Amino acid sequence: MSSAVASAPSPARETAQGGRSSLTRSRIRAAWIFIAPTLIVLALIAGWPLARTIWFSFTDASLNNLADYEFIGFENYVANYDGEWFGLLTDPDWWHSVWNTVWFTAVSVSIETVLGIIVALILNASFPGRGIMRAVILIPWAIPTVVSAKMWNWMLHDQFGVINDMLLRLGLIAAPITWTANPDTALWTVVMVDVWKTTPFMALLILAALQMLPGDIYEAAKVDGVHPVKVFFRVTLPLIKPALIVAVIFRALDALRVFDLIYVLTANSRDTASMSVYARQQLVDFQEVGLGSAASTLIFLIIALLIVITMAAGRVRLSGDPR
Amino acid sequence: MKMLTRIGFWLLVAAVGLFSIFPFYYAIMSSFRSGSDLFTIAYLPERLDFSNYVAVFERQPFGTNIFNSIVVAGAVVALSLALGITAAYAFGRIRFRGRSLLLMTILAVSMFPQVAVLSGMFELIRAFGLYNTLPGLILANLMLTLPFTVWVLTTFMRELPKEIEEAAFVDGATPWIVVRRVFLPLMMPAAVTTGLLAFIVSWNEFLFALTFTLTNEQRTVPPAIALMSGSTAYELPWGTIMAASVVVTLPIIAMVLVFQRKIVAGLTAGAVKG
Repeated sequence: MSSAVASAPSPARETAQGGRSSLTRSRIRAAWIFIAPTLIVLALIAGWPLARTIWFSFTDASLNNLADYEFIGFENYVANYDGEWFGLLTDPDWWHSVWNTVWFTAVSVSIETVLGIIVALILNASFPGRGIMRAVILIPWAIPTVVSAKMWNWMLHDQFGVINDMLLRLGLIAAPITWTANPDTALWTVVMVDVWKTTPFMALLILAALQMLPGDIYEAAKVDGVHPVKVFFRVTLPLIKPALIVAVIFRALDALRVFDLIYVLTANSRDTASMSVYARQQLVDFQEVGLGSAASTLIFLIIALLIVITMAAGRVRLSGDPR
Repeated sequence: MKMLTRIGFWLLVAAVGLFSIFPFYYAIMSSFRSGSDLFTIAYLPERLDFSNYVAVFERQPFGTNIFNSIVVAGAVVALSLALGITAAYAFGRIRFRGRSLLLMTILAVSMFPQVAVLSGMFELIRAFGLYNTLPGLILANLMLTLPFTVWVLTTFMRELPKEIEEAAFVDGATPWIVVRRVFLPLMMPAAVTTGLLAFIVSWNEFLFALTFTLTNEQRTVPPAIALMSGSTAYELPWGTIMAASVVVTLPIIAMVLVFQRKIVAGLTAGAVKG
């Protein structure tokens, strides 16, 4: 936004110069022609479907006949018939999925941040084989989510899984665990697979921030004999904080819409269902487009709110940008 | 003390490396074991048994699924880049009213939860008669790739020096010629990076592919793998699933390793500067 404000006076100045004004005007016209196709496509495939989803959330539409529906107001969200409450906001399964999603996001992003910092610090040190190591940690990130969910499903198999075998051999557990079916372990299992898959992303973003730090601070700290741990908390962490916050927000927004991993790892289980899993189940499996769209709309509002907050925070940083 | 720190460091490196690699290693190993072999646990390969790989292509249209994925991802990359480069030129090089607001809107679209457009997109795809077809998936996946393509390319575009186009404009070139003759060649490295990212996003996409296709012949790889079932409803064909997983993951891993630096540059340009 700040650049729009900054650019506002400049056309006036250029018009005063006369010669450049027609060039400027033709360039601005060209700019609109160049972005028009992108804007039209995005309006068609993002704006319109979003608007329709919100509209459907106020109707009783059903998936097998999307053309025939009636406007029912807020009844998909909350309704009262004969003293009994119905609708999304009274459905315990919905609230359970909200809780699952928030818990999953908080726990997985926290673990990924800590591990990401550790991995980034390792990759920032110079040691033989660093290049190979950097390539190796990219492997989990490159594997399609569905594939990694299936791989872990197999490794976590209650009878033939290698994880149970390892833990049994090490004597850490007495009997095989049904990781993905047991309500006590299912969500932790999802977190673990997500940590495995997305820590590389976190580590790479943090590594990029680490590599931009000036080296002389560390030289000075070394000369003064400051303990490396102290250097990390007093110097490194404050300096990479802006990049860290951006990375955490990106990951959190991603985690809040989690679908593939949970759907494949634990199917439509109530114990692990995320908001997206819940919404799709209503929409497709139960054909309840109205209710499913209401859930979709709420997910959109939650994430949109976070994006607005993020961007408001980002604007402060942008205005500090000299460009 | 110094020795201990070194040992600790290398143990940490080994742990991180092992944790990263082991699941894929185990998938490869399982894919070469079949029958009752599969249900005994082994940590090291014993012999190479290709029957799972034969089964994955004979018992289901997995070749078609791979072909579908390539078509969808290829088209999505081509369309995203074509639209993205022209838009990025306007966003990155020309100052006009509303530019920042539009860029912010596009960035916001890239953070949309997919499920938020699911029912509207379903209706749209049905209305165009694209349900259960590849063009339907291409259209839907564009929503995921186009916003970040524009965003990342704009960041790259901004970094090119100003003098480049000024010289061209002085010579009387039109903006279109400037984009085609001056910026397209300069943007090639950035286009490769964003193209790769878009390819990976589309290759891995699951929710749309699962919802907007019906028959196995029209599915892309992710739903095909997720919905693979065996001869009985109760036992999944794990060997076949692992073989399929290895087949579709190896090219992606190879690509990521080859283009490692480019991909990291794209990811950090998209996120750190975002």
